[in-house]
Amino acid sequence: MQLSTKHLLGIKELSPEDISTILATAQQFKEVLQRPVKKVPSLRDVTIVNLFYENSTRTRISFELAEKRLGADTINFSASGSSVSKGETLLDTVNNILSMKVDMVVMRHSASGAPHFLSKYLTDIPIVNAGDGINEHPTQALLDAFSIQEKIGTLTGKKILLIGDIMHSRVALSNIYLLKKMGAEVMLSGPPTLIPPYIKEAFDVQVEYDLKKALQWCDVANVLRIQLERQSQVLFSSLREYNHAYGVTKKILSQVGKEIVIMHPGPINRGVEIDSDVADSGQSIILQQVENGVAVRMAVLYLLAGKKNE
Amino acid sequence: MKIILNKEQLHLSIIRLAHHLMENHVNVDDVVFIGIQPRGIKVSEKIVECIQSLYPGKKIQYGLLDITFYRDDVREEFHVAGKTDIPFSVEGKKVILIDDVLYTGRTIRAALDALQDFGRPQKVELCVLVDRRFNRELPIQPDYYGKAIDTSVSQKVKVEWDKEEVVLY
Repeated sequence: MQLSTKHLLGIKELSPEDISTILATAQQFKEVLQRPVKKVPSLRDVTIVNLFYENSTRTRISFELAEKRLGADTINFSASGSSVSKGETLLDTVNNILSMKVDMVVMRHSASGAPHFLSKYLTDIPIVNAGDGINEHPTQALLDAFSIQEKIGTLTGKKILLIGDIMHSRVALSNIYLLKKMGAEVMLSGPPTLIPPYIKEAFDVQVEYDLKKALQWCDVANVLRIQLERQSQVLFSSLREYNHAYGVTKKILSQVGKEIVIMHPGPINRGVEIDSDVADSGQSIILQQVENGVAVRMAVLYLLAGKKNE
Repeated sequence: MKIILNKEQLHLSIIRLAHHLMENHVNVDDVVFIGIQPRGIKVSEKIVECIQSLYPGKKIQYGLLDITFYRDDVREEFHVAGKTDIPFSVEGKKVILIDDVLYTGRTIRAALDALQDFGRPQKVELCVLVDRRFNRELPIQPDYYGKAIDTSVSQKVKVEWDKEEVVLY
């Protein structure tokens, strides 16, 4: 099945079939990444620009590796050190880059909706959202889903818990959209100040403020980072207190009484939302998530690039 | 519609191909068999099964290769990627690529590219069930074939495994 969309702006715009197609294609790319030569020539006639208006380690390296392993040419752009500081607008910057014959755009931006804005002007060029403000981070949700499937076989009917800064997390929103579309049960846990009050009804998810009860309910716990850079007011008293109430520690996991899968999208604030001995334990699949990220992004780029000639 | 190989002929062709392959490769340990996804899998399974029965004590090395990501029309048409599973090294081995119908030769061109990414075989040979002789678009010929036929571009050749026959439409 071909994707129903031209861009990957968010999981919101994808159908369950699109998600299945991406995950199935990623499975084949994961095999490619185990070969002696970890590269295929599928996109050797494609040039991709990575526009990063916001800092990133994993996502930027992961996209770049995915592009190179598909044989595409890549250009990297970061806002710092560019003409953005001279006042050039987003649209001007992009149009200038595209006039040099670029075929695809991967963009991260601190403004929610920036890739959606761009998609109104660039009709021929597929845009991949690599995270926009507090809105969505679709490839992260896809790689999370891929990792869950790999670990426990399926998403359907599974109980997935998202812990922490739900309000500021684009990873949370993309995950909620995806998990609901694929028939998983979703629960949110964290301080009431970090969980939007309307989210329960809006997305048909459960909210449990008691972390221990939430952990006892779930099969998989996805621990989110506290996004201090996006918090303009005091939403909890201290990082130490946060760790005490909502940190995923060995102690609380030992009280749960079953082995649950621990995930984290990175970067980790060790000792805040998750303790080191949990993050580095056998029940954590944090590094597998990173590994799977390349295969999932290869699938997204491959499937979107294939639509160009329609 | 015309039947090119009926059930009995198809069966005999597979046995003949298996014997012909082993006649040329006496040392079975040096040879690996790779079926091309998706339509080469069934025929390669049958050939390998037959060879396995000739060498009951040996483990015949058999893998699957998907060539979707190596196609030259990858961005013009959508193709579902199949599974690749080559659980052994092809380095220094004699590789037998197996497909059902050889037509334009483009699939085999892609398969040769894909194979290179797994190592450097000592030799690669091609075995097909049906060779559509006069429709080649690349200089590729089979080393072993079940049946060679002359067809026009408008015709279609299909191996129908449920009825076990090869049909020309």
